[in-house]
Amino acid sequence: MTGTFVGMPAFPSAARAALADTQLRHNLAHATGVIRGKRAAVVGEVDNWEELRLAGAAVKERALLALDTQLVRLEESLTAHGAVVHWARDAEEANRIVVGLARAHEVDEVVKVKSMLTQEIGLNEALEAAGIAAWETDLAELIVQLGGDLPSHILVPAIHRNRAEIREIFARRMGEVGRPAPADLTDEPAVLAGAAREHLREKFLRARMAVSGANFAVADTGTLVVVESEGNGRMCLTLPEVLVSIVGIEKVVPTWAELDPLLRLLPRSSTGERMNPYTSTWSGITPGDGPQEVHVVLLDNGRTRALADEVGRQALRCIRCSACLNVCPVYERTGGHAYGSVYPGPIGAILNPLLRGTGDPQTDALPYASSLCGACFEACPVRIDIPEVLVHLRSQVVDGHREDRVPKPEAVAFRGAGWAFGDARRLDRAERLSSLAGRLLRRRGRTSLGRLPGPGSAWTDARDLPAPPTESFRDWWRRTDGGERP
Amino acid sequence: MRVALMVTCVNDAMFPGTGQAVVRLLRRLGVDVDFPQAQTCCGQPMVNTGYLDEAVPAVRSFVRAFEGYDAVVTPSGSCAGSARHQHRLVAERSGDPGLAAAVAETSPRTYELSEFLVDVLGVTDVGAYFPHSVTYHPTCHSLRMLGVGDRPRRLLERVRGLRLVDLPKAEECCGFGGTFALKNADTSVAMGSDKARHVRETGAEVLVAGDNSCLMHIGGVLGRGRAGVRVLHLAEILASTEEQPA
Repeated sequence: MTGTFVGMPAFPSAARAALADTQLRHNLAHATGVIRGKRAAVVGEVDNWEELRLAGAAVKERALLALDTQLVRLEESLTAHGAVVHWARDAEEANRIVVGLARAHEVDEVVKVKSMLTQEIGLNEALEAAGIAAWETDLAELIVQLGGDLPSHILVPAIHRNRAEIREIFARRMGEVGRPAPADLTDEPAVLAGAAREHLREKFLRARMAVSGANFAVADTGTLVVVESEGNGRMCLTLPEVLVSIVGIEKVVPTWAELDPLLRLLPRSSTGERMNPYTSTWSGITPGDGPQEVHVVLLDNGRTRALADEVGRQALRCIRCSACLNVCPVYERTGGHAYGSVYPGPIGAILNPLLRGTGDPQTDALPYASSLCGACFEACPVRIDIPEVLVHLRSQVVDGHREDRVPKPEAVAFRGAGWAFGDARRLDRAERLSSLAGRLLRRRGRTSLGRLPGPGSAWTDARDLPAPPTESFRDWWRRTDGGERP
Repeated sequence: MRVALMVTCVNDAMFPGTGQAVVRLLRRLGVDVDFPQAQTCCGQPMVNTGYLDEAVPAVRSFVRAFEGYDAVVTPSGSCAGSARHQHRLVAERSGDPGLAAAVAETSPRTYELSEFLVDVLGVTDVGAYFPHSVTYHPTCHSLRMLGVGDRPRRLLERVRGLRLVDLPKAEECCGFGGTFALKNADTSVAMGSDKARHVRETGAEVLVAGDNSCLMHIGGVLGRGRAGVRVLHLAEILASTEEQPA
């Protein structure tokens, strides 16, 4: 897997390729199983988890419903603290702002603390096109970047890689872009982490500009918050002279006090820890300490489109914990790449169509990449009803094709089913045909159907399908008066 | 109490034995159960695939068929979930306030079988006899959409002769998911194969669940693998007696 998400095949065919990779399936089942177990244990420790979920959802909901005023308040507070606030409508505008800042400071490299948003907008590629190297400093992001790969999980972007693959990537690539891996590199996790630390330290100490994301942006205090495990973020946020933070407009939280439930929900849902090792907060500039020039880019890129969708809006509550990925039986088997986006799994299946709009085959396949089992809703710390949004988006996909000159076979089938289900006599006639087929098959001693042609083959290629009974329930009831007559 | 059986379209056309088992069971418990002939389908196949307009006729015939009954009982967690949580959406979409009112009236009176037995009739011992080892798969919609909890297990535990064996990763989806089984057949089969493997690991003779569509999928995978595990709906085990075994 190399290159970019753009132009990925639609989910069913991307999933087919992933399912054939038994190593990948093993890695995923193991990793998600471990995180799932840890999460369940620490969530179980909290007596009022459900109340906490409701509180977290309410905070985000309050912010979203008054987003315009919250954002203006955030801009005022940040500006008062000496930060420069930029507004970006889309990826192109945001990239132009960051590239412009890098050029103004004549830097040819920047360090980055994990920011999914910069992947969403392709910032690294935009910087590269301007001759500026962007170095990922999160361990998993570094693995993905050096491997010429794409992230496949929100929390564990390199979840699809095993230790031996990581050793090979480090040995081959580190030297090309900076300090080489030691000659005696093994695939022991501590040895691999040590090599990454040495490699990254050079970059941290040299870089004059950093790019960060933010987990939260507090409107009333003008505070940005990054929550992390490795400390690389804190290095990026404190060492360089210039700090540029790119923040999705949905990250705003009205008040400092309202961070409370969110900071309790996030680590338990995400890493299965009671608390994350590093929480960094910054408000503009502190003279003589840390970056002396701070820029904040507030980015829309489809978020106001999602906000305008009354059912889909709740997806913007997402705090990117990845709990839904870890419990999703579909994600567990296909991995993240099949979703064709930096946001994979159940949340990706709703967030991508909401941000980009339905209408292209890749996005339109995502709402269907779920069995609607509901495990994601149960795990979501901010109570996003993902199955509800999935069904809602499916109806948008269907409605988008209602004016097609040549309707899809599926649409014809559902119109037919809708018609038959409108009247029991019509359904009865269809069932007569089915039981006739059943009688013919069973007379030949068949209790299951063979392989079916056409769309039915999607079922029968790998599963038996029972032959229809010789009599429907309806007919049995009529014939026997509900079993009263033999 | 006037009780109607909502047999579901899948059971009507493919698994009439399950409907017959519900009738036998309820009569044995003294319930006078009726089968309104006007019923068709809950509309879930259409709703879950995104065809909301196409679900309107099904929801209309649902509320018409079950009007005036004290309770509607169905041997399907999924269809009960659809009636309780999706009919309102479909009615809103239809723009017909009459339909919305009828849905508001019918939805709360619709019960999945184990809910009806435990909550409405107040029984857990239904006088069944089934001398086999059984493993129970809690289907997703029963579990998460309806929240039937341990009701099916409590009913199974009181069946004479029955030995209940725990299913590993019981709460994980089997991969059926309605049209998901066709639209994402490869993923669906991968999930079904894992579920079938867990079922075989239990060594149980019978797999039981409260939804025949899930069982059709898991049973289909088990059947292709010639696993020799029998697949039965909860209603069939609860209806089973020494005189008339399942």
